[in-house]
Amino acid sequence: MDGKVRMMSMRDSYSSALIELGRKNHNVIVCDADLALSTKTKRFGMQFPERFFDFGIAEANMMSAAAGMASCGKIVFASSFAAFATGRCYDQIRQSIAYPRLNVKIVATHAGISVGGDGASHQMIEDMAIMRAIPNMTVIAPADGNEAEAVIKAVAEFDGPCYVRMGRADYPVVFDNLDGFRIGKAVTLREGNGITLVSTGVMLSETIKAAEILSCEGIDARVLHVHTLKPIDSDAISKASKETGAIVTVEEHSIIGGLGSAVAEVTSEEAPCRITRVGIRDCFGESGDGNELMKKYGLDADNIVAAAKGLLGAK
Amino acid sequence: MQDHSEELLEDLLNKALKIRRHIVNMIYAAGSGHPGGSLSIADVMTALYFHELRHDPKKPKWDERDRVVLSKGHCAPALYATLAENGYFPVDDLKNLRQMGHYLQGHPCMRKVPGVDMSTGSLGQGLSVAVGMAIAGRLDMQDYRVFAILGDGECDEGQVWEAAMAANHFGLGNLVAIVDRNGLQIDGPTEEIMSQEPMPKRWRAFGWHVIEIDGHDMNEILRAFHEADHVNDHPVVIIANTIKGKGVSFMEGTLSFHGSPPSKEQYEKAVGEFDRAEEKLRLLGV
Ligand SMILES: Cc1ncc(C[n+]2csc(CCOP(=O)(O)OP(=O)(O)O)c2C)c(N)n1
Ligand SMILES: [Mg+2]
Repeated sequence: MDGKVRMMSMRDSYSSALIELGRKNHNVIVCDADLALSTKTKRFGMQFPERFFDFGIAEANMMSAAAGMASCGKIVFASSFAAFATGRCYDQIRQSIAYPRLNVKIVATHAGISVGGDGASHQMIEDMAIMRAIPNMTVIAPADGNEAEAVIKAVAEFDGPCYVRMGRADYPVVFDNLDGFRIGKAVTLREGNGITLVSTGVMLSETIKAAEILSCEGIDARVLHVHTLKPIDSDAISKASKETGAIVTVEEHSIIGGLGSAVAEVTSEEAPCRITRVGIRDCFGESGDGNELMKKYGLDADNIVAAAKGLLGAK
Repeated sequence: MQDHSEELLEDLLNKALKIRRHIVNMIYAAGSGHPGGSLSIADVMTALYFHELRHDPKKPKWDERDRVVLSKGHCAPALYATLAENGYFPVDDLKNLRQMGHYLQGHPCMRKVPGVDMSTGSLGQGLSVAVGMAIAGRLDMQDYRVFAILGDGECDEGQVWEAAMAANHFGLGNLVAIVDRNGLQIDGPTEEIMSQEPMPKRWRAFGWHVIEIDGHDMNEILRAFHEADHVNDHPVVIIANTIKGKGVSFMEGTLSFHGSPPSKEQYEKAVGEFDRAEEKLRLLGV
């Protein structure tokens, strides 16, 4: 990374990647549920109107129909806000998509509290918990616009149901080169043996910032980016546990059922260590400026640093 | 439109009887399952698989095949019996319904059972899936048709009407829904639990071409399929008026055999009734 922070929209990356995929493969189909302007799938719709289906405000119908298309050989991307793409159609995803292991890619935008002004109804903080619990489902949360593009291309290649989680805002760019991106393979962005900061999704940039602050204070923090929540890279997590002895997990999601839980599951079975979970502490969000909300709910570098120090002090 | 030949009708009636025997045998052997709705849809299912569908049991994944979504997945015994009698898998396997380690799951699983086009069991989703299949078929410029079989109680689910809306919106002339109008759901008659009437009017209001038939009259069933075949600008719904438990006297029109197997005595009684029905068909035969 160079000094100045470049910001980028994941949704723009998503729609560009879709258009590229659509050009290469006529089996790529995109569905939306009256949020195509917000999820930006509409850009695909303008390019390939015959392969774009807006189902109106009927997410359940969209998910089951996506399953039907996939059963006929289509690669189907189905989008809505995370709150609705998972909350309105959990059963459709479970029964019609995951159980028959169909090739539907649920790409949800507007996840987490950084949604801002719309408030708790639209700030989805339990989507990864719900999706992770469903057998056959792959769950991925990219960190920035570049990684989002790599993820979209990777899931298009992958045969099976996937849940991809994106945020609404523009996020700092962390990745320049994604040649090595592989579903299920965590990325070490910084070596260190004092503690490991494990992040997923858009929390990566704040996590790196936290590691830099800790380093100034003499704590050598490793940064492990777990973009794929399921199947999780248990080797990288166990290794971090054994080599650093303490882990802070960081996610813009409830501390129940998401990254924190997943890491605790892996370590408690394979390599126990002390863990602190930074995330939404089992409460709903509220309206406000996205960045300010992130600070208020402890999703910033300062709070990650505090969590790390607290953990090490307690060791 | 011509009536179908006596020979064909008789053949289908005999087949339907066979399917009914399988249904009762399977559920009795399994000790659980749903006889009522399986028996009510048996005639329609027989006509569909032995006469109407374009399919090839030797190639269950044939791209050009007509698709069937048994949205009322609890009636899997009717589907499995029909698939087996068509040669998708050995008839002998039917006895393994619901047994651990065997592939005939209590509700249809497309990954385990040859000929099953979609996994179902959670009511209300099958018509949406069929909408997706019909869209895919059109995109691929294939002329296959998609059939979705729904229960009348199932139509309580809002998603059915989301799908009905979408099918009309997308102009899916390659889609046929069949509603097994047996008048019963689990907790009671549909009109008491959640009324479905005016059912034909509702579907019409959603832009569908509606055909109402006696779902146990083979001639009417075949005619309905024929009519559906010739409607290509609208989705078609066939409302099949049926009797839940049809073919087993003490199951007919009852709530108690929605999801319970017969006892030993009841099983034997049912077998006796099937034997007599077979004899009757034989005597009527040409
Ligand atoms: C979403 C859902 N809710 C409840 C059930 C449990 N259930 C199984 S069958 C049934 C009644 C179905 O009635 P109907 O659609 O009329 O079927 P049929 O009479 O043909 O058996 C119910 C409520 C289910 N399978 N799925
Ligand atoms: Mg019924």
